[in-house]
Amino acid sequence: MKAIADSILSGILLGSLYGLFASGLSLVFGVMRLVNVAHGDFIVLCAFLALAIQHVTGFGLPFLTLIILVPLMFVFGYLLQRMVLNPALGPDILRPVLITFGLSVIVQNGLLQGFSADSQKLQGGRLETASMPLPDGLAIGAFPLLTLVVAVALIGLLQWVLYTTKIGRALRATSDDLRTAGMMGVNTPHLFGIAAGIAMITIAVAGVFTGIRTSFDASAGPAWLIFAFEAVIIGGLGSLWGTLAGGIILGIAQAIGAHFSPGWQMLAGHVVFLAALIFRPRGLFPRRVE
Amino acid sequence: MLLEVSHVNAFYGDFQALFEVSLQANTAEALAIIGANGAGKSTLLNAIAGNVATKGGSIRFIGDSLSGLKPWNIVTRGVTLVPEGRRLFTSLTVQENLQMGAYARKGTDWTLPKVYELFPRLKERSNQAVTSLSGGEQQMVAIGRALMSNPELLMCDDLSLGLAPVVVQDIYATLGKVRKSGVTLIVVEQNVQQALSFADRVYCLQEGRVTLEGVARELTLEDVSRAYFGRRGAA
Amino acid sequence: MSAGLKMRRVAQSSKLSRAAGMIAVVIVLALVSAAGWGDRGLLSLLMEFFCYLALAQMWNLLAGFAGIVSLGQQAFLGLGGYALFFAALRLGWNPLEAFLLAGLAGAVVAIPGALVVFRLQGAYLAIGTWVVAEVLRLIFSQVAMLGAGSGISLPVAFAKSVKMAGLPRDAVLYLAALALALATIFASYMLLRSQRGLALTAIRDNELGARSSGVNSFTVKLMVFAATGLGTGLTGALLYLAKLRISPAAAFDVNWTSYMIFMVVIGGVGTLEGPIAGTLVYFVLRQYLADMGSWYLIILGVVAVTVMLRLPMGIWGTAARKYDLSLFPTRRRVVFEEVTVAQQDRSRVPETTAH
Repeated sequence: MKAIADSILSGILLGSLYGLFASGLSLVFGVMRLVNVAHGDFIVLCAFLALAIQHVTGFGLPFLTLIILVPLMFVFGYLLQRMVLNPALGPDILRPVLITFGLSVIVQNGLLQGFSADSQKLQGGRLETASMPLPDGLAIGAFPLLTLVVAVALIGLLQWVLYTTKIGRALRATSDDLRTAGMMGVNTPHLFGIAAGIAMITIAVAGVFTGIRTSFDASAGPAWLIFAFEAVIIGGLGSLWGTLAGGIILGIAQAIGAHFSPGWQMLAGHVVFLAALIFRPRGLFPRRVE
Repeated sequence: MLLEVSHVNAFYGDFQALFEVSLQANTAEALAIIGANGAGKSTLLNAIAGNVATKGGSIRFIGDSLSGLKPWNIVTRGVTLVPEGRRLFTSLTVQENLQMGAYARKGTDWTLPKVYELFPRLKERSNQAVTSLSGGEQQMVAIGRALMSNPELLMCDDLSLGLAPVVVQDIYATLGKVRKSGVTLIVVEQNVQQALSFADRVYCLQEGRVTLEGVARELTLEDVSRAYFGRRGAA
Repeated sequence: MSAGLKMRRVAQSSKLSRAAGMIAVVIVLALVSAAGWGDRGLLSLLMEFFCYLALAQMWNLLAGFAGIVSLGQQAFLGLGGYALFFAALRLGWNPLEAFLLAGLAGAVVAIPGALVVFRLQGAYLAIGTWVVAEVLRLIFSQVAMLGAGSGISLPVAFAKSVKMAGLPRDAVLYLAALALALATIFASYMLLRSQRGLALTAIRDNELGARSSGVNSFTVKLMVFAATGLGTGLTGALLYLAKLRISPAAAFDVNWTSYMIFMVVIGGVGTLEGPIAGTLVYFVLRQYLADMGSWYLIILGVVAVTVMLRLPMGIWGTAARKYDLSLFPTRRRVVFEEVTVAQQDRSRVPETTAH
């Protein structure tokens, strides 16, 4: 069944993007037990910012905007964490959820105010339509393939940072035991800021790639948050590769759903998510202790 | 005087755990803090390490005040705590745990090779998950981790918790070596005999107050039980 | 000769709450009478106010009592609305029957919804509820019989048939909304006054609502979730009965939750008075910010975030804590008083107020 194989293939490619969405969410939750409800809205924000940067600098290729966007979002993430989110953290789970939800409302409506409700899209040029032929008459889009490569590379880079660098060690140690990490010399508020900044880098990349792949508007954030969230739950908390796998499974589910009817794309993904939640609440690749 | 704690009060919310506690430690001394459960021994060490807020009084280390400093800044001054219950980083390997000790402050006295020399068993297990280690080995990792910050003052909270007597002996023997290298030690110890035999000087706390201070060799068991249990006298 | 005895009496009401109680009765009576003399505009506004108040109280019950932060209450709102429209359009039922169906739909969907979503904790639970709402939105966008994506209108005859005791439609809807709001306040009050409520209040006095969930029992959480599902369904039915038209994008809009959160947080989570204060603030702000488009929501968001960071107990919560206020008598306090017992009557036991 060529059509199904096609769907699965495009699902994998789409899913890698979802895995990228989810990696930032996963990292931040692992280190500081914080779920940023505005996560999706920040991805949209980056897509809009890329548009704005292109407008100002005249960059032809959207990827070039990352040169500015990555350091900018890192600093933004760091400052947001230290000034707004660190004070919200504590034993009460209510506050961070509500505060980040408030941020979501602010960002969405700010974008609406600043960019109007019109749908936008980043232009990827020839890369968007190019495709590479595969055996059996299948073809693979060059841009989705690039997305897969970048997603895997970025997650691989994150893993490398976590497992070989000093700061990665500190991130993992802080995730295990916040208080003791502080006792060993880790400036935890600062480290949280760094983690948030790193997450913002994944968000910036995700924003640009998603903006090229599909059209977006100010209210697209919640849908993307939900995809990221579903990827994390399907894959299991605590593992970046698991999150990537979760994203890919979600992507495949959506692609197969879309194959039957466009209206079914999202629903198919949600159904798979709910099934995972019912039958495998800890996810497919959960970490031992959480 | 290396460490001078002077009339310090500590609170957990509204509950006062330390009342006007004073303590001094001289360079290369070994101090023991004894007392019943809940007497405030852990609280005192945590107050010095910056984990518990203090009101009034002062904590001075080599002349500089430690009051109000964050724990990560206190470590860089040369004061490190081996926390109660060991509190190792469970998703890190033995070696990674040790490396975390040197996160903020490194030195030449205690490097990874030197810590492995002190605890040869850990070298064999350097890439294992710490959760697979025995209680005694975990305690070694905790001490080694603290040593990696090259402290001038090392504080140990209840090392013998949950460990067999033989293992405890081992650990105190190793601590003796650490002491010889010039590190000042303050240990909180439940076992009074152990405390008296290891330390130069002893402080006894009862319900947040210092009830006894003296040279270990010169203290009688009667002195100690009176201070330990309070007005009601020896049990 | 007499002996002074110190008696301890456990009292739940204070002077303030007793005074407030009497004022409240007067206010409620005045409100009910408004059905008779209020004009359309006023009744319509008040109806909306009480619907929003009910929503706020229910969200507060979930978050402050059961420790569940729901970002998906719009699921029940839309469900209730659509149930009403379905009953009107396809089943030919009368308004009352349709209204009850809405509540039933909310309760019935809440139960399996809870079983799925309760597998998650904290923030993940919150997003899970959002996913459920999104799923419903998508499903209803596909149902052609109910207008699919573009929505559907209520038949005029049905709307016209909303009458009761000679009162016109606006008055009936208004009284229904008032009844709903009072019911939610009453239900919250009864729950807080009970044994469990005692534990909750004691802890809550020291920290924010969600952590104070001394109610860990799964069944209690499930019951609260189902009850708020029912109530929110009824409220949704009422709101859309008034609007006369429903669509998935509007009925399942997550901004319903934004408003609920705003009202509860500004007022103070976990208190009974908080949501009332918060709803008042919301409506006042809405009057002034109505023509500002997106700025309106931006300002709401900024105010909410700022209040949460600086005044985590909300406006009422902070004032109540500072001045030891409580309008609703839910806190039990020990009252010491001197009682004299005449020597001859020592056999008589002084009366105590049992609680």
